[in-house]
Order: sequence, then structure tokens, then C-alpha cells
Amino acid sequence: MVEKEIENKMKTEEYFVNMGPQHPAAHGVLRLLLTIDGEIIKNVDPDLGYIHRSIEKMCERDSYQQIVHLTDRMDYLSSHINNEAVCLAVEKGLDIEVSDRVKVIRTIVSELTRLASHQLWWGVIGMDLGALTTYFYAFRDREYINDIFEETCGARLTMNYNIPGGLMFDIHPNFVNRVKEFLVHFKTKLPEYDRLLTGNVIFQKRTKGVGVLTKEDAISYGATGPVGRGSGFACDVRKTHPYSAYDRVEFKEALFTEGDSLARYKVRIMEMWESMSIIDQLIDNIPEGDIKTPTKAVIKLPKGEFYQRVEAARGELGVYINSTGTKNPYRVKFRSSGFSNLSVLNHITKGAKIADLVATMASFDFVIPDIDR
Amino acid sequence: MKNEDLQNIINGFGKNLEFTTEESEFLNVIVPKEQLHEVCEQLKTNPDLKFDYLYCLTGMDWGSDLGVIYHLESTELKHLIVVKVKTDDRENPTLDSVCDIWRTAEFHEMEVYDFFGIKFNNHPNLKRLFLTPDWDGWPLRKDYVDEANMIIK
Repeated sequence: MVEKEIENKMKTEEYFVNMGPQHPAAHGVLRLLLTIDGEIIKNVDPDLGYIHRSIEKMCERDSYQQIVHLTDRMDYLSSHINNEAVCLAVEKGLDIEVSDRVKVIRTIVSELTRLASHQLWWGVIGMDLGALTTYFYAFRDREYINDIFEETCGARLTMNYNIPGGLMFDIHPNFVNRVKEFLVHFKTKLPEYDRLLTGNVIFQKRTKGVGVLTKEDAISYGATGPVGRGSGFACDVRKTHPYSAYDRVEFKEALFTEGDSLARYKVRIMEMWESMSIIDQLIDNIPEGDIKTPTKAVIKLPKGEFYQRVEAARGELGVYINSTGTKNPYRVKFRSSGFSNLSVLNHITKGAKIADLVATMASFDFVIPDIDR
Repeated sequence: MKNEDLQNIINGFGKNLEFTTEESEFLNVIVPKEQLHEVCEQLKTNPDLKFDYLYCLTGMDWGSDLGVIYHLESTELKHLIVVKVKTDDRENPTLDSVCDIWRTAEFHEMEVYDFFGIKFNNHPNLKRLFLTPDWDGWPLRKDYVDEANMIIK
């Protein structure tokens, strides 16, 4: 009787809270409509479009060379990989094969991009969970890569180094040495990441068993990249559908089966080691050759459909080009990894606390322009 | 599995579907919209097909027809297929939702609704996803006109 009275007095009510569009843990303009009961999440409803630029519509009026420049505004932390995806799709349509030199350089720069992206993610996952130091450690190491990009590609973030048929220009004479210097540096610093954060008791308690995603759900929701691989879904496009020079290097696909936020964290740490190993295998053997296979100034793809999948830092990126034989594509679709990964968020955070939602989102590593496009 | 084998198994459904590999690297299956859900269900559950991973869902405006393209992969058996469905009703295009088969379709179908105005039966939460609820028209359709914001060359 007394218990019932207490229950009546302590009765809670469901209500709505806006998380975002300017919430620091969203890392951009993502608005989540939370239905909560006390601190328990009942429903997460993402409201998108705050940075929607309709890149797909813009592609329909642009030439194939111009499209490349739009793609690094999607997932700006995998800009080189996005560029590469479009270039590979256009090259597939033109039926041209780029030289080995281009393939190897693209692969090295892709892996450097992945490293820089994961470094930034590692910095902000600490920050989201209350450990500010990680941010400075990560940015110290990320500067090395950005400097390499600046020297070779001319830009630090949106590189536009790829063009259909090859590369904009050859690598800088310092490129090989600076990449090697970076590898020596980062191989001593990555264990520091583990010592600082991975083993931390607070960090472990915030992430272990939080936001658990099963393998079946990962496949059904199309959750790829570290999110899928943390749940045991072997979805690495570099392994399943190799492109560029990934068929000539040996690397392990980072797979964990726990499916929680800590597993997704471990996948990315392991991927950083594997990326360094890939660069190690290639950096001393960049073949000689042309950096550009000549294409016509105005590229016209033959009539048909062309699809290219690549592994961006956040998962699978798909580029679908439908051509009617003119100089503009008839339809372009970008299957972005963040969009599919976001769809699983509601499913795995129902019943969790708001703080767990922040931890889960940090382990998902959302880049909002990639979701909105 | 080879495309011919895939085609034979799918023909076994007894649905009289249209197949083509022209202008595409994949085997394309064109499904009438009335049979879409049933065929998709079988593509996923048939033990020889097991298409469990919908890796891309694209809305399409072919000029006279609107439709959706599904890119499917089997994570276990490693084969790929493309399913296409069309509707010639531009006023009120309606297709069946496949989000009970592949959960990822829920968000992608919302995107298709937002840009093409294709409605999906049995979708749990069909709404404007990127654009505002009062947006007029369907921007990715070929007959969409927006004189203020579109640059036409």
C-alpha cells in the first residue's frame, strides 16, 4: 500500500527534449528529437537537413570533373577517399585503367586520410566523455598528416587531389620522406593513446556494454565501417571488393564481436595500426609511371549505369552514376555511410540514459555533412 | 554465383520477371510494383540467394516513370543483384515499403519520398526528412522548377 502511494507520488511523465542542432556532442548541426522519461530515452528521432546542399541535384548540372570537387564537402574527413570513389566510377564508365603509380599513390593518401580521420575521432571521443587531453594529443599527431597533404595536394582538408584518369599532379619530392618520418613518430605515439584512454576505468565504464548492436541488425540497417565491424559484420570494402592497390597489400580486417561502443573504439585503434602497415608496404615501392591517363577535356560517359564502392573512414561509400551519354550525369546517388549508420541509432539507444547516447554517438563518429549531403 | 544461376533461381519463383545485364555491371531484375514486396522477401529468405544486405537504395526519375533501384548483396554467398521497380503514376506514385525486410530502407525511403514524392505503403514514419514539411514540389524530379534557387545552364 505504502509502495503504491510512493509510486503514485513519484510518477513520471514522458516529454520531448531537443538535442541539437547546436549540441557539442553532435559535432555539427544534427538535431535529435528525444522522447524521454526522466533520464531514460524512449525514442530518438533525427531531424536532418540543417546542412543539406542537395549535392546530388547539383551533380546533374555539372561535368564529371566538377562533381569530384563537390564530394569532399560530404564527409570532409575522408575527402580524398570520396574524390577517389567518383574518379573510379568515372574511370569505370570510360573503361580506362590508371597506371600503377596512380593506384599506389591513391592508396597511400587514402590511408593517410583514414589515419587523420581516426585521430580526430579519437580526440573527440575523449572530449565527449569528459577527457579533454585526448584532443590535444590527437591534433598534435594529425598536424603531421595535414602538413604532408598541404605540401603534396595543396590543401589540408578538401584536397581535390584526384581527377578522373589519375592525379592532379605528382607527389612532392619530400612526400616519401615525410610520410616515413610520420610513421616513425606515430608508431611511438599510438601506444600512448592506449595508455591514456583505452585502459582508463571511467572510459571503460562509459563504453563497455553501451549501445550494443548485434551483427544481424548491423547488416539489416546497413551499418558499415567501424560500426559494422565492431559487431562482427565483415564489411570492409577494401577486402570484399578491392580497388586501387588494396589487392597487393596485406592487412587484417579489424573485427570485434561485442558490438558495444568499446568494440567500435577498438576497431578504429586497430585500423590505425593496419593503415600504417599498408603505407609501410607501399611507400618504398611507388612504381614509376604516368600520373594521368589522358581523357577528353569534356568527359562523356557512355549510356549506362556505373557503381563504385569504396571504404571511407566511416564506412562504405557508394557512388551511383546513371549516364545517358551526355556531358552531365542523368542521376548521381551517394550512398553515404553516416546516413545508414544514423538509422540504427534509435534502435540501439532505446531504454538507455542520455549520457549513454552521447557515448554511443561518439563511437559512431558522425560527420553531419556526410549525412545531409 | 554466376548471373545465369541467379536468374534461374529467381525464375523459379514463377513470377515472370524481366532480366537484363545491358549497360550495367550487375544482373538487373525489373519487378512489377504489385510483386515488389513478395519478390524482395524471397530474395532475402531463399537459402540459395540470402540477399541480406541492401547497400544502396536510389530514387529515380526516368522521365515518364518514377521508381526505385535496390542494390543488394549477400554477405554470406557474396553475390550481387540490382532490383528495379517502376511506376508510371506521377500524380500519386505509390510503392510498397521494404523496410520490414531490410531495416536500412526506412531512412532511405524517407529520402526518396522527400526528393521524388514516392509514397511507400506500410512505412512506419514517412515524412520530409531533409526539406521543411511545407516545401513545395519534389526537387530531384526532372520536371521540378525552382527559378529562384536553380541555376540552369
